[in-house]
Amino acid sequence: MSRIRKQSEYEKTFAYHFFRWLGGEKDAFVGNMEMRPQKEYREEDATIEERMKDRQQAIAEVYDSSHNRELKFFGALYKCFSIVFCIAIVTLLVITVSYLPSVGGVQKPTNNEVSEKYITDGLEDTGAVNIVTGMILSYRAFDTFGETNVLFIATCCVMIMLMVDEEKIRDNRESNDRNFEPKNDVILQVIASLLAPIVFLFGIYIILNGHLSPGGGFSGGAMIGAGMILYVAAFGFEKTGRFFNENVYKCVKVTALLCYGCIVTYYFLTGANGLPCLIPTGEAGKILSGGITLPINIFVGSEVACTMYAFYALFRRGGL
Amino acid sequence: MELIRNFPCLSILLSMFSAILSSALKGRGARRLNTFVVTAVGALSACTLYFTHVTGQSYVYVMGHFPAPFGNEIRFGSLEAGMALFFCVIMLLSLNGGRKKLAMDIDPSKENLYYIMVDLLLSSLLALVYTNDLFTAYVFVEINTIAACGLIMIMESGRAIEAAMRYMIMSLLGSGLFLIGLCMLYDMTGHLLMSNIGSSVRMIAENGTYVIPLLVTIALMVVGLAIKSALFPFHAWLPDAYGYSTVSSAAMLSSLVSKGYIFLLIKIIYRVIGFDIFVNSRIINVLFVFGLAGMIMGSTSAIRENDIRRMISYSSVAQIGYIYMGFGLGTSAGMVASVFHILAHAATKSLLFISGVGLTDVSGDHKEFIELTGSAYRNVCAGLAFTVGSLSMVGIPLFSGFISKLLFSQAAVQSQLKMLPALIVLAVSTVLNAIYFMKTVIRIYTPVTSKYESTSMKKNVLYAATLFCFVALNVGLGMCSQPITDWITQGLSVFA
Repeated sequence: MSRIRKQSEYEKTFAYHFFRWLGGEKDAFVGNMEMRPQKEYREEDATIEERMKDRQQAIAEVYDSSHNRELKFFGALYKCFSIVFCIAIVTLLVITVSYLPSVGGVQKPTNNEVSEKYITDGLEDTGAVNIVTGMILSYRAFDTFGETNVLFIATCCVMIMLMVDEEKIRDNRESNDRNFEPKNDVILQVIASLLAPIVFLFGIYIILNGHLSPGGGFSGGAMIGAGMILYVAAFGFEKTGRFFNENVYKCVKVTALLCYGCIVTYYFLTGANGLPCLIPTGEAGKILSGGITLPINIFVGSEVACTMYAFYALFRRGGL
Repeated sequence: MELIRNFPCLSILLSMFSAILSSALKGRGARRLNTFVVTAVGALSACTLYFTHVTGQSYVYVMGHFPAPFGNEIRFGSLEAGMALFFCVIMLLSLNGGRKKLAMDIDPSKENLYYIMVDLLLSSLLALVYTNDLFTAYVFVEINTIAACGLIMIMESGRAIEAAMRYMIMSLLGSGLFLIGLCMLYDMTGHLLMSNIGSSVRMIAENGTYVIPLLVTIALMVVGLAIKSALFPFHAWLPDAYGYSTVSSAAMLSSLVSKGYIFLLIKIIYRVIGFDIFVNSRIINVLFVFGLAGMIMGSTSAIRENDIRRMISYSSVAQIGYIYMGFGLGTSAGMVASVFHILAHAATKSLLFISGVGLTDVSGDHKEFIELTGSAYRNVCAGLAFTVGSLSMVGIPLFSGFISKLLFSQAAVQSQLKMLPALIVLAVSTVLNAIYFMKTVIRIYTPVTSKYESTSMKKNVLYAATLFCFVALNVGLGMCSQPITDWITQGLSVFA
């Protein structure tokens, strides 16, 4: 037996809202979300004319196309040669590959003592159950440190290209492409607030378990970076700036790379001088094991996450 | 183990640390840190050079707890240490010479980014010089490429960005070919360590199993590195990249970046492929022909150029042609000549770039020859330095260029078939060099009443001191050629 509720009480329940929404009486997005339709991009005739004139001028002045017969001839020759050249290179490479040892064969030269040592002694040497992580972070630590520096220098290069002063960003607010997008998209925000923590947690899990299961700093860091991109796409740069701005970015990046550098320096110097490495490898399979692989994974992960986010932010608004 | 044996590893790591720290510093701090690090690395390399020269051996240094082939390692003899020292000296001088121009050319808020690029460029050059692992070499080739792109586009002008794009595309093509070659070598030998690949390749060549893949691999690696160091048919990116970047970048790109790749190629020839196998493959004939073509074509393009910076850049194409011609001779004398020319060209080309900017500065920043008339009177010190650089490039005795030309002709005489073309092209190229360099020298010493103000040495002491060091380096290379060639010969003998 059910009791009929009072109307005022009923209006507070979820069912009331739900049935109203179902009946089409109220749209949940009206009032909550900015419903400005995107403006159609229309170029004015004058600007089109100007652009065309610029283009014509560029062709005429820079390349001097009417007089430069050399260039015309070169253009035609270039097309022919590039096709012939590409076909020739592809043929050459395919033929070469057919002479190489077959994939997966027992006699393949890559099945030598090096890979055997990684497989049999990897766990004992590095303390990492995941052989791949153990290999790239312990055996070939120098390569991986170089590879992390590639990411670092790539962000610096993008900064040279795209970094704009904060004041300029503020001045150019009118031309910001953010204005053409709907703000406070409820669907995106709700989904992002549900998904982002899970993505972050999963990324952290992958980083911390890098030496135990498939994954590691690079993949986990990429995941955290993707989570941050999702968050910033949903909530905008102002809200993200509260916990991740340029200063935080600098702090995290410099700390991670410096700590990583210190660890590998210690590792190289002790190794080359025949001293024992005092970082314990721990018990295999435990989370606190794997010697230098666990801390390096954490530092690589934070560096990669910062890099991913920085790329997105730099391309999106020219700053962090 | 001696303490000094840690120095190469420390110098690589030191330059990487300085790059990381620079990203947290402001422009001035980054600049000071960079000067300190380049000097410190130079000092460390000098110690290493002394140590290796006295013992006359090359040493293997394990990077980590696992000896190669399981882990990474670096290897250094006197040639590597000397190269590292030389690179540091040139880098310090190039940066000092272009410092004033740099402040004008770049956005002050991005100054620290410039020094990050320079620091990482240094670390990658050191790693390319010292590494004994082919894959490590590839990783640092990547860093080198990106750093070089950054150095070009820091100007943020349209032409500089276009030049950087062009450089990036060509350079990535080179890296790609190098990587394909590396993968094929790994497939055939199962190793990444240079010495191990070397012994496997020798076995393969004896058994005659993988003749075609081996040939293709050698070709891919050589072509990849030739593209990156601007050998003649692949030089299209060079004049823009050197001509429109800021002057320190241009000096470093021409005298360090391309030379780093050439040094890696020498290493591959000696350690990975083996000198005999490389000589017996027909690829050296291709290198020889391209080298000769580059010597002529680079000079011809330089003569046609009306822009002093681009003229100096085109002259680089010719000089890179000399180096590859030395490889193509296929004798150890040719190799010694090439290595000497790496030093001579690096010292001279950076001198020309740095003194060239002094001349354009007193000509209202115009680079056209007509505006440069009489500029040597307006900036005496830059004019003298430019003359010294030109004389060295042409090959006048007393300067470094003469010795390298002498060594090349001595090496050419030893080879029967290649003697005649090499000597003829050397002679023609010298005449062509003389045409465009002497034309410039006469132009800058033509007295004219000019509308531009002149400057004196006292106004910019650092610049004058830099030029003096460059000239001293040049004359030193030219005067003390015998100990230097002895050192190169000894270094190459422990190289393999």
